[in-house]
Amino acid sequence: MLEVPGWPGHLPGQHLDVRLTAEDGYRTARSYSLAAPTDGARVELTVQRLPDGEVSPYLTGVLAVGDPVELRGPVGGWFVWRPTDSGPVLLVAGGAGIVPLMAMVRARRTAGIGTPFRLIYSVRTPDEVYYADELRRPPTGDAGLDITFVYTRVAPDGWPRPPGRLDVADFDSGGWPAESDPSCFVCGPTGFVETAAHILVALGHDPHRIRTERFGPSGG
Amino acid sequence: MGIVSPGFHGRSRAGDGRLPPGQYLTEDFPVLSAGPTPRIAPADWEFTVTTENGQAHRWSWRQLLALPAQTPTVDIHCVTRWSKLDTTWQGVSLDTLLAEVETAADFALVHSYGGYTTNLPLEDLLDGQAWIAYRYDGDDLPAEHGGPARLLVPHLYLWKSAKWVRGIRLLVQDEPGFWETLGYHDYGDPWREQRYQGD
Repeated sequence: MLEVPGWPGHLPGQHLDVRLTAEDGYRTARSYSLAAPTDGARVELTVQRLPDGEVSPYLTGVLAVGDPVELRGPVGGWFVWRPTDSGPVLLVAGGAGIVPLMAMVRARRTAGIGTPFRLIYSVRTPDEVYYADELRRPPTGDAGLDITFVYTRVAPDGWPRPPGRLDVADFDSGGWPAESDPSCFVCGPTGFVETAAHILVALGHDPHRIRTERFGPSGG
Repeated sequence: MGIVSPGFHGRSRAGDGRLPPGQYLTEDFPVLSAGPTPRIAPADWEFTVTTENGQAHRWSWRQLLALPAQTPTVDIHCVTRWSKLDTTWQGVSLDTLLAEVETAADFALVHSYGGYTTNLPLEDLLDGQAWIAYRYDGDDLPAEHGGPARLLVPHLYLWKSAKWVRGIRLLVQDEPGFWETLGYHDYGDPWREQRYQGD
């Protein structure tokens, strides 16, 4: 949670750039999606710690309350949902890809509108669900949001769907039919996004109604 | 200098000198896109250059492959901050494709299968600076990375190297493309760190 005096506000789905500077002047930067809708000067990020990462171990392990952080934003005008947008929405998240989609879910809740939302959230194991409490026990403001969890490696005991990767059946049961003409937002690692977008197109969704954001480790 | 981040040390600094400001080196080849990957069969593929007078020059896949090709080795820089050095490609130089095209236009609007567009000055496509590339790293260019063919203009940020390229419109007046309309820089020189409008 960052306090950013003068923050101009942002749209759900946008991100910002965080820049770190070492004492010798070395600098590097990374982009992180905003996890919550505009809330004055308060800006929330959810950062996935990558064991080999250059920036995420610092942000999740070293940065302390009161430390300064240099950032730039908001960035991004495409992968955005506005509460004034009409029509049903399909959110498809893989792992940490849930972050910008969570901003959309929370914006919908804050705005108090009942736009039909369906979320398909794919993770490897039940332990890896971000915002677990919020998504498993949704607040009243989330009425009209349907959530389908897809576990790819380990599912909870008694879970009706055996563990396995996202496939057409998950979209048939948890998504919208193409005739509903939903706005689709797909976010996660590139392989996941490739698969999910491909399935949506195969099911008849207009590619122009599908917005994608791919992220994850850069390997650098 | 900007704020010093207490306790931040950063990684070992590989590739210095060849990395534009704010970039880091990757051994990966990340994929970024605005939407789903278009799938175009080479048999259906066409590339068209349209002049400001509406004159169209068209190449089929077979015609493209029959043109003299080059094998440039170039560094590529993405606006999301990763850079990849010494990438190898095969493609036809825009100098070859534009040799017979008569135009007084100064600008180009590149468009792709799937609807993507990007703009750049015509002179940035000439003099050995750009290719229509169909092979990467010794293999056919994968669809994820823009195959069957993409524009490659390595001296600008990689969003200018339009994937799934379909054609180029030559224009007398500059027209912003997809990302440029959404706030990214009109030109995009990585060495001047021109990422966003106003940089």
